[in-house]
Amino acid sequence: MDLKPDEKLNIKEILKDIENYRPRRKGWTWRNKVENQEIGPFKYKEMSEGLDNSVPLPAARSFNNIDPQPEPVITTEIASGRFEDDIRRMRMAAWHGADHIMVIRTAGQSHFDGLIEGTPEGVGGIPITRKQIRATRKALDYIEDEVGRPINFHSYVSGVAGSEIAVLFAEEGVNGAHQDPQYNVLYRDVNMYRSFVDAAVAKKIMSSTGMLQIDGAHNANATARQAWKVMPELFVQHAINSMFSVKAGMPKDKISLSTVPPVASPAPDLRLNLPYAIALRELFDEYKFRAQQNTKYMESSIREATVTHTLNLLLSELTSADLQSTITPDEGRNVPWHYFNVQAVDTAKQAFAGMDGLKELVELKTEEGYLKEQSRELKERSVLFMEEILDVGGYFKAVSEGFFVDSGKYPERNSDGIVRQLDGGVAANSIVPRDDDYMAPVCDHFGYNNLPEDIDKPCDLIGGCTLHNPDKIDFIDELDPEDNVEKRLENTKDFRENDKIRPEVQWLGDGWVNVTMFIPEEEAIAEYAALEIAKNMNLNKPEVIHKEVMQPAEGTLCEVKGQVDFSIDKNDLEIPEKEESLPYDEIRGFVDENPISVVAATVGKDEHSVGMREIIDIKHGGIEKYGIDVTYLGTSVPISKVVDAAIETNADAILISTIISHNEVHRTNMKKLNDLCVEKGIRDNVILVAGGTQVNNDMAVKAGLDAGYGRGTHGDDVATFLVKTLRGDYDEKE
Amino acid sequence: MPIKREDDFEERRSHLKDLSDEELKERFWELSEKIVDPLIDLAKTHTSASIERSVLLRMGFNSVDAKAIVNQVVKADLLSKGAGHVVYKLAQKEDRPVKEVGLDIKDEKYEKEELQVLFDGGAE
Repeated sequence: MDLKPDEKLNIKEILKDIENYRPRRKGWTWRNKVENQEIGPFKYKEMSEGLDNSVPLPAARSFNNIDPQPEPVITTEIASGRFEDDIRRMRMAAWHGADHIMVIRTAGQSHFDGLIEGTPEGVGGIPITRKQIRATRKALDYIEDEVGRPINFHSYVSGVAGSEIAVLFAEEGVNGAHQDPQYNVLYRDVNMYRSFVDAAVAKKIMSSTGMLQIDGAHNANATARQAWKVMPELFVQHAINSMFSVKAGMPKDKISLSTVPPVASPAPDLRLNLPYAIALRELFDEYKFRAQQNTKYMESSIREATVTHTLNLLLSELTSADLQSTITPDEGRNVPWHYFNVQAVDTAKQAFAGMDGLKELVELKTEEGYLKEQSRELKERSVLFMEEILDVGGYFKAVSEGFFVDSGKYPERNSDGIVRQLDGGVAANSIVPRDDDYMAPVCDHFGYNNLPEDIDKPCDLIGGCTLHNPDKIDFIDELDPEDNVEKRLENTKDFRENDKIRPEVQWLGDGWVNVTMFIPEEEAIAEYAALEIAKNMNLNKPEVIHKEVMQPAEGTLCEVKGQVDFSIDKNDLEIPEKEESLPYDEIRGFVDENPISVVAATVGKDEHSVGMREIIDIKHGGIEKYGIDVTYLGTSVPISKVVDAAIETNADAILISTIISHNEVHRTNMKKLNDLCVEKGIRDNVILVAGGTQVNNDMAVKAGLDAGYGRGTHGDDVATFLVKTLRGDYDEKE
Repeated sequence: MPIKREDDFEERRSHLKDLSDEELKERFWELSEKIVDPLIDLAKTHTSASIERSVLLRMGFNSVDAKAIVNQVVKADLLSKGAGHVVYKLAQKEDRPVKEVGLDIKDEKYEKEELQVLFDGGAE
């Protein structure tokens, strides 16, 4: 199946023959950096190879629609609980520049003793199963072919079934995974011995297929009461997992530190985060870095989260990031919605493009002064931390004494760290010493293994293992006859197959919409008024998901989400046909025989010139290129002057640009132009056209003009209209 | 028990303050190795139900069967031999395919004593 840009993913097609799907490659893929790359009119220092199909940033419209792709791999996290909807979002994210798709697991999977099978619906994440992985990876194969860049697929190897999940991921070609036994211990209360024993096996299996590992240290930051104080501990957590991974057989270039700037503005972001970021990169210079956005201080404001993200991106640019994670800016208010994944990816893409080559322009003062002193101090504190771990009897003992996630800046201790007992937690007392004759007849098995000596590889004993012979994998399709993808597809059939449309934020047909309103009341009144308004708008289950005081008495901004339960039929829509532009030769030929002259200006008190210049200038492909004679009067030109100039030059048409729409001034200008032309007696001899970001054809015609144009209009649209009008094409219709 | 302690960084660092940056970095990595070595030794010499299920998956059993087989191996007190090892030995002894034998263990067609005799009387 080849994807066509204007056709939706066909979920049924993806699920067809899924039992025989094999991943086309295994292991991690980085982007290919291109030095001094020329993209459109610019030369970039740090961008990577471009895409075959993508959606550029909105402002790219003014730069030949260029879409420069930064060097770091860009991550987006997608897991709504239904993989069939997630893969649609993955396609959208990939078109905007994501090439690392991470899926969060459903609540409780880390305590599930074994693998989950089939395609049950998840809560707060997706149940990771073989079928779900296959379907997702298969969809990503199509998507990566479409955008023209490999996409890395990623999830979590943790919990009490970590070793099995690692095998599943290796078999199915999952490209990267979180793996950090400390995460299990501290945040999932899995027994500490069990966590580390399972982790070594998992890491060795992950390494066998070249998977990239990301650690879990950043969670300390999200958990600690005062996140910026745990910096010394973060070094220690990174070091323990990195060293443990190396000793389990993982190459250093497949070990990525998950690092989060610990604090966020309005704290002095860079002064606190930069020394930390520098010290970390100096200590771990042989490892990879995955820069994650700070989420600890994320509230419900999309704007605020985006600024934090941008400052974090500046930090990545000033230091380094092999992977740049993106957190959706709505994470502080709900489970991420489709378009916020896309926006977060765009934020990273935009910031990196904008900061291209920054290190050539500025230099960090790392040799002396504040940065040097601060980073040195953090390193010393972390060394002291490790010394004390050894003093008390090692890692396990230290965890049982609450060393970790203490809110004191080590060696300060606040006695509020996470305490785990040696023989406590989920799956306590569940490890068993391997006997002298312990044996596992499979490949890439970590630890003691009493194999016979006369074999090439362990799995020769059993005629091959699944890592060498995928045909040995025993595929389970579904275990639950009710909770599975087929049933869900049936329930949403109207939207997939029957031309019904309903808005959505995460699941097809979920009906959620968001309404933004300003209420001129104090916070509490505003909130309840907003809910009533939403009910009056017939929104079901309304909920205020964001409010921001503008001034305690004057008013509050509220965002309210709610559900609609109706749908629209695509076939009932009346969509005005977009007029096709005439071919160049046809326009040029007409103009050669019937010279056309126009007068053009931005009218009123309006200094915007770009829009009009694009319509007229030859170098932007404007109407001049057809030989149309343009008298351009400039900006802030009074209507009367425009009309006078048209009379003077005996113009065939007047083009006005009116960008400012404050107090409906754009409508007033349009009406005034018509009225004045009537008054001066030239209306029948002159074509009147208006353009502007808030202008459309209906509005212009109502104001008495012949045509109006909004965003996205080009010179050929206007030239076509002039020619068709002059040669009488429209008369025939009437 | 978690302790409460004022920041005594200045006193504690006395043995570190004269180290060069390079020496400090070396110390950082030496210490992490000392912390990790016992952890990795523990992992080398131990196994768990999850690890043994991961072995059975690699041998071609699906997750449902792997779980049931490991449960039988645990019942026979043979996890320390390796669950894959139990299946392998039984297949060798009976000259039957590994998959077939494993599914018979799952279906409880063997008493735990019948599995234990594969290893001269059971676990050490």
